[in-house]
Amino acid sequence: MTVQALEIKRSSAAMWGTKTGLREKPVVSKYIDTTTCIGCKACEAACQEWNDLKTVATHQEGSYQTLPHLDADFWNLIRFNEREVDGGLMWLMRKDQCMHCAEPGCLEACPAPGAIVQYANGIVDVDPSKCIGCGYCSTGCPFDVPKFHKTTGKMAKCTLCVDRVEVGLEPACIKACPTGCLQFGSKEQMVAMGNARVSQLKGAGFQDAMLYDPQGVGGTSVVTVLGHGHPEWYDLPRDPHVPLLVRAWKSILRPLGVLAAFAAVIGVFGHYATYGPKEPPEGDAGGEGRTK
Amino acid sequence: MTNGWVDIKNADVILAMGGNPAENHPVGFKWFIEAKKVRGAKLVVVDPRFTRTAAVADFYAPLRPGTDIAFLLGLIRYALNNGRYQEDYVRIHTNGPFIIKNEYSFNDGLFSGWDPNTKQYVKDSWGYQADPKSTAYGVDPTMQNPRCVLQLLKQHVDRYTPEMVERICGTPKDKFLKVAEIVTSTHPANRVGTITYALGWTQHSTAVQIIRTAAMLQLLLGNVGMPGGGVDAFRGHSNIQGATDTAGNTEILPGYLKTPQGQFQTLADYYKNAIPMTLNQQAWPSMNYWVNYPKFMVSLLKSVYGNAATKDNDWGYGWLPKIDANYSWMYIFDDMYRGSSMRVGGKETGPEGFITFGMNPVGLGPNSKKMIAALSKLKWMVVVENAETETATFWKAPKEYGGAASSQIQTEVFMLPAANFAEKDGTFTNSARWLQWKWKALDPPGQAKMDQEILSRLFLAVQNLYRKEGGAVPEAVLNVTWAYANPVNPDLAEVLKEMSGKALGDIKDPKDPTKVLKTAGQQLDGFGQLQDDGSTLCGNWLHSGVYTEAGNNAQRRSTADPTGLGMFHNWAFSWPANRRIMYNRASADANGQPWDPTRVGIRWDGAKWVGDVPDMKPDAPPGTYGAFIMLPEGVGRLFAPALNDGPFPEHYEAVEAPIANPLHPKVTSNPTALIFKSDQDSFGTVDKFPYVCTTYRLTEHFHYWTKHQAGGVLNELMPGFFVEIPEPLARQKGIANGSKVKVSSARGAIEGTAMVTNRMPTLKIDGKDIWHIGFPIHWGYAAEKGHTGPLANFLTPSVGDPNTWTPEYKAFLVNLEKA
Repeated sequence: MTVQALEIKRSSAAMWGTKTGLREKPVVSKYIDTTTCIGCKACEAACQEWNDLKTVATHQEGSYQTLPHLDADFWNLIRFNEREVDGGLMWLMRKDQCMHCAEPGCLEACPAPGAIVQYANGIVDVDPSKCIGCGYCSTGCPFDVPKFHKTTGKMAKCTLCVDRVEVGLEPACIKACPTGCLQFGSKEQMVAMGNARVSQLKGAGFQDAMLYDPQGVGGTSVVTVLGHGHPEWYDLPRDPHVPLLVRAWKSILRPLGVLAAFAAVIGVFGHYATYGPKEPPEGDAGGEGRTK
Repeated sequence: MTNGWVDIKNADVILAMGGNPAENHPVGFKWFIEAKKVRGAKLVVVDPRFTRTAAVADFYAPLRPGTDIAFLLGLIRYALNNGRYQEDYVRIHTNGPFIIKNEYSFNDGLFSGWDPNTKQYVKDSWGYQADPKSTAYGVDPTMQNPRCVLQLLKQHVDRYTPEMVERICGTPKDKFLKVAEIVTSTHPANRVGTITYALGWTQHSTAVQIIRTAAMLQLLLGNVGMPGGGVDAFRGHSNIQGATDTAGNTEILPGYLKTPQGQFQTLADYYKNAIPMTLNQQAWPSMNYWVNYPKFMVSLLKSVYGNAATKDNDWGYGWLPKIDANYSWMYIFDDMYRGSSMRVGGKETGPEGFITFGMNPVGLGPNSKKMIAALSKLKWMVVVENAETETATFWKAPKEYGGAASSQIQTEVFMLPAANFAEKDGTFTNSARWLQWKWKALDPPGQAKMDQEILSRLFLAVQNLYRKEGGAVPEAVLNVTWAYANPVNPDLAEVLKEMSGKALGDIKDPKDPTKVLKTAGQQLDGFGQLQDDGSTLCGNWLHSGVYTEAGNNAQRRSTADPTGLGMFHNWAFSWPANRRIMYNRASADANGQPWDPTRVGIRWDGAKWVGDVPDMKPDAPPGTYGAFIMLPEGVGRLFAPALNDGPFPEHYEAVEAPIANPLHPKVTSNPTALIFKSDQDSFGTVDKFPYVCTTYRLTEHFHYWTKHQAGGVLNELMPGFFVEIPEPLARQKGIANGSKVKVSSARGAIEGTAMVTNRMPTLKIDGKDIWHIGFPIHWGYAAEKGHTGPLANFLTPSVGDPNTWTPEYKAFLVNLEKA
């Protein structure tokens, strides 16, 4: 089961860059309805606790928002934005975290083989054992998500609770949400739910309500219902793309990567010929599980 | 709550006022969201601040802190003048048709019966006019008689025009009218709205009257008793409902029975005062359920004194402590501070000792300086807590709080470590009146003990001292029964059984005396089986039925919902009698048929009431009794002779207010408000303290407790004290967001981080720009390292509501400066 859940669809700096898994998996997604989010931060607390993240030394700087931006030890942040339009005040709250893009810029930009992977179920994850802490993934991310962790020297971000999802649980943030503004399921279901909510909102006077699932990055595994059709009001880029530079760099690097990969294959063959097949580590029948 | 959390999903309109449920009740708030998403309900927020609740509301209107009554009476005027009330409902379910005594009047801010010497009302004129043709009182079913309640109400609220509401509250007229239109849209029988509130209403010198105004509005709209309707109070603490039910207040015994007063020496005298006389009128007799009071009282006395309570000794009534004055805790602290109990005819010494149990008076009391000075006059104090609170460490409070040097304080402080909520079993009674059992998650750390063990050991030690040494009235202590399997640490399930009640002898069926319903030792089914002859024991009649022969009903967790309305009768136990919606008889018309067939509270099926557990004798046909069985007149009160500050609500300014009352400047604030006058009780005026201030709580914190959390995430999520300031005011004062500001009142001054925001509105009050600011309460000088902050209540005044004596934390005057 674990193997199935963690079948890799794409891997950073990989030779072939495509599926290593055997079966199609339904892509999963979070659903965030900003119009029913009350900014209670239960998701923030749940994220910190489930992921055993170190407490960040925060300071009261004149805002309800916990931190100005995400942190290597703070992967889930409610952003609070006040906006006044035609004398009407809004206090917009939006849960910020890794968007788990279908075409992840972080993965594109990452030069370390296997340090960033996209599983068959759409989750984009950092493998700290392979991360070299170069920070290129930040450059590739149009949402400013991956952060460098000063203590570990690795990049860190939301894993979409891959360790929970792989055993059939919803992510911790979803579990903690009291109003139900956070949901979890297949991308297809979440998009359908989002579209239904958007049309309900349009009927209730939110004429420009929209579902944020930006196609510039191939869509995301976090779909967000916005009451107002202005993503920037919620600190979201209107039309995010993987930066051109990252794509260009990638296309030049790739041939070199293929050469390096051939060299690696020869190396592995030599290893096999000399030492025989590699045994799985003791007690790890399920393959490469991500355990906490 | 008259209704329940889940029931909010049945509302078409929700008015959230005097509370910020998204902030303080985020889990229950899911039902607001459900109502919005599934029913398309409209959520209207009226609040001095644009809150987390306002952020998801369909409509928000601002108002000045402390002006809620003016706003609500404006809504009532709008409903009455535009025919937007449910007339049939008002006629049969309220005292709208009742004729009021000719002596009743209201002039220039004072009701009839005002005594300027005692500063209290003599309430004789606040009553129903006796009908000369009968012994009952008069009614006019057409509700046209100028002396009937509805007409008097119309006359009373006529001053609250939208313009007057704007002048007092600062709410722009168009916004007020929009709220009025939405809220009164529930007046047809098939539309229902609820009103929710919390401490934003209870913490005013006019608190009870604010809540009454909401209840009156709901009665006029026909929303009381209806699924999706009611007046829903959200309690400020996980188990504060349970605490109140179980005599957490000075004036009540368990189940809201009255604390005996010294002047009532026998049970018969006590009953005369405690049991209201049935007020029958011709058409609609009252059940006046309180006639059963002796059954509840005798059963309570049997639970306290056991076999020692007999008919001959008035069931031990004489041993119950009697009160001779008001002992609500602002009074206790005033006595303590002044070092005198002369007020109650006592000696010129105040209380010597003080036990504070799961409560932090220095943090939560008004005027912290006075709290600290009061505690330093004690000889001893016992603090039972799981953290070293401001109270436990009052003797080393920072010097700005004005306390004496530690070396000068003689108070001996004992700290008893107590188990936390997760470290003990028991019930939480939520706002919906559900007693829900919880299981302990872990053992208390170190030497910490569970509350019941601390109390039991204390009680048994005192009882033992009386046994050995005697003392004044030793029988009052020696006769208390403590027959638990483990007397030093009773199992709370055993205590719950005692509260629920059991038979001490055979209980016979009143309809068929040959049939025995219960034999001695059996748990009772509910308070309907309680007796006044000593054959039953019950620690709290209102909780009766929570633990029956079927077991601990607080542990039930069935999600079956045959009503489809979210009543969940087999989930936990809802007092009274597992009823989910109080006053549900009013959800049906005179013939017992539901006003709205899609939202049936109860319905008469020809032989009995079906639906929710009926708030009515189950087999009494429609017309037998009025719908409000706990009231002596049997109907909902639009005119209530019960409160201390008037039979109708009236707008009074807060005791510290920025303007004189535009309606009657000579009687500007509540004339009956409780105001303390020791040398520590100073009050500010608008010339020195030009801004209104209000205080509140945050989602991220729990009262004064979370700041003690070591290494947890909550202090990370909301890291420190702040002051919310309207943007134009900040600009005028040159205050930048995130900079330090100083807020001062006549009591003290605190500093914090400025949060400059348009969520704090600028309002035009009585022709002037008047700003209000606010700050949260959660900090103090006792905390985990790095999480200390100022005590919000350093600035609040010792002023209280004249009915509940709850302090006025929500509206007072301050000054604001750059620090």
